[in-house]
Amino acid sequence: MAEQQRKQRKQRSDKRADEAVEDEPTGSTGEITEKIDDLLDEIDSVLEENAEEFVKNYVQKGGQ
Amino acid sequence: MNPGRVHKVLGTETEFGITIRNQPDFNPVLASSRVVNAYAGTSSRIEWSFEDEAPGRDARGFGYEPSAAADFDTGLANTVLTNGARFYVDHAHPEYSSPECYDPLEAALYDKAGELVLARAARAVQAALPDGERLLIHKNNSDGKGNSYGAHENVLVSRRVPFGDLVAHLLGFLATRQVFTGSGKVGAENGRPRVPFQISQRADFFEEEVGLETTLKRPIVNTRDEPHADPGSYRRLHVIIGDATRSEVQTFVKLGSLAMFLAALEDGALGDPVLLADPVESVWRISHDPSLRHAVPLDGGGTITALDLQWRYLEAVAAHAEAEGADDIHRRVLDDWESILTDLEADPLSTADRLDWTAKLRLLEGYRDRDGLGWKDPKLRLLDLQYHDVEPARGLYDRLAAAGTMRRVFTDDEIERAADEPPERTRAYFRGRCIARFPGDVVAANWDSMIFDVGEDSLKRVPMMEPLRGGKDRVGDLIAAAGTAADLVKALGGD
Repeated sequence: MAEQQRKQRKQRSDKRADEAVEDEPTGSTGEITEKIDDLLDEIDSVLEENAEEFVKNYVQKGGQ
Repeated sequence: MNPGRVHKVLGTETEFGITIRNQPDFNPVLASSRVVNAYAGTSSRIEWSFEDEAPGRDARGFGYEPSAAADFDTGLANTVLTNGARFYVDHAHPEYSSPECYDPLEAALYDKAGELVLARAARAVQAALPDGERLLIHKNNSDGKGNSYGAHENVLVSRRVPFGDLVAHLLGFLATRQVFTGSGKVGAENGRPRVPFQISQRADFFEEEVGLETTLKRPIVNTRDEPHADPGSYRRLHVIIGDATRSEVQTFVKLGSLAMFLAALEDGALGDPVLLADPVESVWRISHDPSLRHAVPLDGGGTITALDLQWRYLEAVAAHAEAEGADDIHRRVLDDWESILTDLEADPLSTADRLDWTAKLRLLEGYRDRDGLGWKDPKLRLLDLQYHDVEPARGLYDRLAAAGTMRRVFTDDEIERAADEPPERTRAYFRGRCIARFPGDVVAANWDSMIFDVGEDSLKRVPMMEPLRGGKDRVGDLIAAAGTAADLVKALGGD
């Protein structure tokens, strides 16, 4: 029963995924990967300088 | 609706990481106070009232533990905003407690609004800092060095459900939901075995199954029993095990699945609990396996993966919701929850447009591939931290979202509005609108009351013990028609 429910749910999910393609910000996984490669260059320009020093000095007080 | 169930009013509270680069005498308490005071403007004079607060009350019925009182009455910056939120300093961190929200979609929106509140506050402080000093605020839960700070979820539940039943179901649910609630972290902490990357920011810090503590020996199920509402009818389940999340879809599903799980539990629709043999160890073991294949032992024999236990709970919650007639928002929770589990099962990275941990992992792998970085390279830890920076020009989550690789739930305009205006269907509406309309006359506010100075001998206290009263439908016209706070108090019949 559980297996059958899950199958039905997956079918609905697949159908929804097909329908939703146009709404998604990017089309395929391949396109996303390409975009990420482009993004790395942009991210380089906003990354904090001196990674090692920054990471070393980033100490927080414990909280909840 | 089953008479045993209560409407799932909910909200979040987040402690933010804070640092000022190049400030030699940086003091996190002082910096946090500056952030809170810089933001609040006219409402900064309105104090939070601690009357009625009792964080030491234990849901198991043990009464009070006085030691817990020390963590709230600090005399530090502590105020209330026009959107109904509380904004204050807690444990050397700026903390934003969202207003009470009517449903998970609204709660996710006001959680995002908190990021904007912090970003605005940081800009205000930054403008007054000397050249070279830079204030950074992170919506994360760990500094990577063994110090953790919280992102809590609060949900109203019925007092009728025995606390032991809540615990039995929650342990397995909370231990396994991190596959879709985690924000991702480079490395391990708190004495846990080394790993290059793990799913959750918080998992390494949980050491008990059940308890009252929140700052050490953290329990999976927290027993703080402080409903901020009629204690005869309600509990406020205080969930401390979650990660602070930046993805809008993830925040929505995190809150929605919890609320729907609790509604099903209140109706007895979850069946027998699935008991893990060792919930505490399961939490970090699941977090330490981004392949999601690790199976954890069950009490009484056998094993189960986190995904399989989440499928079981999703099926039970979906069946309950369908029988009860769920609205569109709750159907959307089920759809998103289901598609995330489906995609995680096929390929975890296929959820990188919806989940913080997979979005972060994809980014880290991208850098590792391009620059040939080993997992110990400080640049990867920097990427991990900066993913959570709340300033959109710097935050890597925001850079991904701006590039269109993260699915959005809200528009920027909706988030801006939620940072200023309260939810309309809870008492947060009354709180927020009074502060916007009569900032000079509100002396203090807290979750369940407001105190006005209307120029008479005594202050006027308006109690708000019912979270669903005080919304626009009940008080909107009264507030709009009142010329002064005195008019309003009189119209409400307050003493």
